[in-house]
Formats: sequence, structure tokens, C-alpha cells
Amino acid sequence: MVMAAEKVFVRSTFAEPLPAPVTRRGVIGWLRENLFSSPLNIALTILCLAFIAWALPPLLRFFVFDAIWSGSDREVCIAAPDNPEPGACWAYIRAWLSFFTYGFYPIPQRWRVDLFFTTLAFGIGWLAWLAAPRRDLGAIYCFIVLPILSYILLSGAPVIGLIAVPTSLWGGVLVTIVVASVGMVVSLPLGILLALGRRSKIPVVKLFAVAFIEFVRGVPLITVLFMASVMLPLFVPERFAPDKLLRALIGVAMFASAYMAEVVRGGLASVPRGQYEAAQALGLSFWRMTTLVILPQALRVTLPNIVNTFIALFKDTSLVFIVGIFDFLRTIEAARVDPRWITPNTSVTGYAFAAAFYFLCCYGMSRYARNVEARLARAHRR
Amino acid sequence: MDTQIDPTVGMNAAPEVAIEITGLQKWYGEFHVLRDINLTVARGERIVICGPSGGGKSTLLRCINRLEDWQEGRVVVDGIELTDDPKQIVAVRRDVGMVFQQFNLFPHLTVLENCTLAPIWVRRMPRKDAEDLAMRYLTRVKIPEQAQKYPGRLSGGQQQRVAIARALCMNPKIMLFDEPTSALDPEMVKEVLDTMVALAGDGITMLVVTHEMGFARQVADRIIFMADGQIVEINAPQDFFDHPRHERTRQFLQQILK
Repeated sequence: MVMAAEKVFVRSTFAEPLPAPVTRRGVIGWLRENLFSSPLNIALTILCLAFIAWALPPLLRFFVFDAIWSGSDREVCIAAPDNPEPGACWAYIRAWLSFFTYGFYPIPQRWRVDLFFTTLAFGIGWLAWLAAPRRDLGAIYCFIVLPILSYILLSGAPVIGLIAVPTSLWGGVLVTIVVASVGMVVSLPLGILLALGRRSKIPVVKLFAVAFIEFVRGVPLITVLFMASVMLPLFVPERFAPDKLLRALIGVAMFASAYMAEVVRGGLASVPRGQYEAAQALGLSFWRMTTLVILPQALRVTLPNIVNTFIALFKDTSLVFIVGIFDFLRTIEAARVDPRWITPNTSVTGYAFAAAFYFLCCYGMSRYARNVEARLARAHRR
Repeated sequence: MDTQIDPTVGMNAAPEVAIEITGLQKWYGEFHVLRDINLTVARGERIVICGPSGGGKSTLLRCINRLEDWQEGRVVVDGIELTDDPKQIVAVRRDVGMVFQQFNLFPHLTVLENCTLAPIWVRRMPRKDAEDLAMRYLTRVKIPEQAQKYPGRLSGGQQQRVAIARALCMNPKIMLFDEPTSALDPEMVKEVLDTMVALAGDGITMLVVTHEMGFARQVADRIIFMADGQIVEINAPQDFFDHPRHERTRQFLQQILK
């Protein structure tokens, strides 16, 4: 070997870091990396582009360019010589929008619903904004103050001059939001308690938690709703029977709690045993250990799953129509057959509007969860 | 640094015996993991427990703050007998600090919050006082500048020193160390051992499960050799290393001191 002489090497100058070649950075680098990295990827990219080119223009034409945005009745949305292929009939949505939002809530009292939406948005904002001041107060506001306040505001309290509005008049987005937020506000704490119960060493507690979770999870939501609305009145005298909406709320909250319990249980199981031991060794009691050490870690791990459960819950609220409650989807169903607006495109437009509403809400939750997850992962790596 | 012993507790009333274990028997299912353990530890004594793995060293240590329960025998810590009564257990744990092999810091809390958690919630100390106390101990383990970081950002050696500071913040009368350097990279072992040597100089009662024989020779008042769930030999460090009495001890020392 010629190299035998060079047994010792000592570096005299250090190599400076150089910028990556142009094919590895910027737009070109991104394209190479993500769209054209292999023959299969190139084929898939082309296929996807072709699909978009095929599907997107007609959709845009129907929902945007050819759509009718204003008008007073069905005439504007019907095919006419000057408009042979009319698009979506957004005019109908505009005409019915307040019904979709409030249902039959009396018109002079609708400010109360608006106020409810505002206070709710405020509460959600307080909790969702991670850097907000006094988030502990925010939690108390959302989980205790807001429910009581909303109840008084929406159903009325003649004592303070708010006319009573029976829940049979509530409808639309209002009902959807009420059912979903009650489900969320109840299911998170109840689900945590059930999950802790299921891991408890006390047999009675454990048995109750397991029985509740397994029973509710083993039954479809529709059945739970039917049971809540039909069976509940059988057990209590007619006079004391809770009203229809409340019964549905109980059903939805029970259902969501059972699922939440399983989600939280997964999180609890992911906290290493050493964390429990360290907390115990410091002399923390069971509840201190749980609330200060275990739950913060468990909930962080399960945050994506908690939001998944919330999203599923939000969509499941559309099932309450089965027990005769006028939720958002049901108001669209009802308005769809209004003879003043009946056209070939009315139903499509109504359902597209409903889909857009549900999608925006659920996608918003999902994006938010991802952001928080990424932030927490960066902030406290294990 | 002033003494670790809580000044509010009447020193005269406290017994001179820190830990008394009599006839301790423990089974994991069918496996007899602790066999008739009898041990008395005096206040201020520094004890190193060593022996082959699976010999019950950690299990014995974890019985002293009742992280493990047992089937027979008595454990009395600082005059309090450990029973199923949660009050007794918490009373003992308040005064017994523990450092784990895997550090077990709380990853969702900063270093400072790790240290103040128990003083605030168990000792009911005002936050400000707890933070001052925590900073004192963090300075003592030489990482005050890391107080606002999360444990995940620290090296293993730093994490273990935080864990020591966290335990010290409860002003424990007894400190238990469960293989504190076994999970560390070699270059970080010394910083943790130095911290422990400094601590040993303060007169706190220490029980240390470790394979660091240099530490044992330097610090221990007595060395306990455990194998097969029993105490095989208890001896002073000098005699333990130079004139081990039991055959098993000799074999063990030959294996690890080569």
C-alpha cells in the first residue's frame, strides 16, 4: 500500500459549513422532495393534478360563478332563457339564515342568543389562547359560570325580566352549539372521573365505572337518545319529567363521557410508573398527585384524541333530530321543502351549506389541536 | 448551608434510631424477594447497599418509604411504623427523600416548579418561600441557572442533580438513593457523586444503592452486601473491601473490582 506512510493525520484548517446545493433547497428542493421524489410519486402527482383539473372547474362553476347570490323567491334560481344552467341558490340560504341560526326562538328575544354566542366565543377564546392571562379563571368561567349564565340567558328568568322561552322553540345552530358544548363541558370532567374510576383500586368504584363505560359504549348513540327520551319519563312522574332537549342533552353527555373516559384512560396509561412513584415519594396525596403530576401529562398526550372525540361529538349532535329536536341540520331539512324556494338546486345548496358549516367547525378544532400539540411538543420535550 | 433537619420539630423528642426494620419478608407472587431482613440505621448514618442485580437492594430501599408493601415484618421510620394507614405513609414520605435511577423529574414542569411542587402542596409553604428554598438547593447542586428550563433540556447528570435538589427541598431527615448514577453517561457520574459526597458531609441519614465502590469506600459508615433477597454481610468499608468475611462477598468484589 502506498498510503502506509500516512498513518497520522492532523487537521490544520476547519471546514466551514456550505449552503446546500440549489436542488436541495427553496421551491425546487421542496418540489423534488415532496412531489417528484420517485417514479411512483411522480405518477401520483400527475394523477392528483388530473383529478383536480377534472373536478374543480365544475364545482367552482356551480357554487361560485353560476351561483345566485340574492333574490326574493325561487324565480331567481330557476332555469330561464337568460340563465339556462343556474348554479347554487345561495339566495335561499340568505332568506332562511336567521331560521337556521335561531330556529323558532322569538324574534324580539334573539339578542339573548347573540349574547350567548358572544359569551361562549369569549370563553373559548380565553381557554384556547395559551398565553392568555389567568387561564385558571378561564376554566372556571367555561366550566361553571358559563353554563349557569347560558341557562338563565337562553331559557329565561322572569324574576329578572327575561321572558321564559321553552326549549321547544330553540333550533338551528343554537341547538347544535348548545348540545355540542354541553356534551364537551360535561364529558371532559366526567370522562376523567370515569377513567380514574376504572383504574381505581376500590372495587365498587371500579365496577361502576367499567359497567357505565362498557354499557354506553356498547350501544349506538341513537339508542341512547331513544332511551333518554322515552325511558327517562317512565321512571319519573310526568310533572317532573325533564324536557325533551334536556333529555337529549343527558343522552349525548353520557355517550360522550364514556368515549372520553376511554381516551383519558389511554393517556393515564402512557404516564410512566416512575412519575407516580416520584410524586408519592414526595408525599403528595392521591388527588394532588393526580391533578398536579399525572393528569397534566396524560391530557397532553391525549389532546389529539380528546379533540377527535369533540369532533365526533359535534357531528353526532345532528342525530338529536331523531327525538324531535330542531338542530341545525333539521332546520335545513325543514326549509328545503318550502314551496316559495323549491327548485332543483335548493336541496343541494342547503346540504352544501350544512357541510360547509360542519367542516369549518371541525377543521378549526382539528387545526387548533395540531398547533397546540406541536407547541407543547417543542416546549417540553421529555 | 444550614442543617437539613426541620427546626420546628423537637430534636430531643426524636429517637436516635432513624430506621428500624425487623423480620421483613416480601414475596412477588411466588418469588421470595426479601427474606428476613433485620436492619437498624442510626440517625446520621451513611449506608451503602450493594450486591448483584435481582438481590432485592432496590426493593428493600423502596420499602422504607412504602413504595413497595410487604407481607411480614415491621418497618419503623423516624418513630412512625409504616402500616396500611395512608396518614402514616404520607407522614413518613414527607421526611424521606428519594432519588431514582431514571430521575423521574416531572417533564411538564420547569426545574424550579419541580422543586417547589411538594413544599407548596405538601408543606403548605408560601410560593415565594418555596422558590427561595428551591433556589438555595439548586445553587447547592450547582445549577441555579437552569431553574427556568424544562427537564427535557438538561443533560442526565443535571437532571439527576435537580432530582436531588427536589428531594432536599422537603428538608428530609433521610435520603434514599436508588442507583442514582446507573442511567448516566460515564462523564456525568462524577458530578452526581460529588453532589452526594457533599451531602454526606451534612450529617443527613443516607441509604444508597450503588455499584460505585469508590463512593462507598469514601462515604459509607457501613456497607451492606445483599444477595438472593437477604443481607449477607454488613461491614465497615475498610474491612468490607480488605477482609470480606463471607464467601459470596468475596466473589462479588472480585467480579466488580477487576
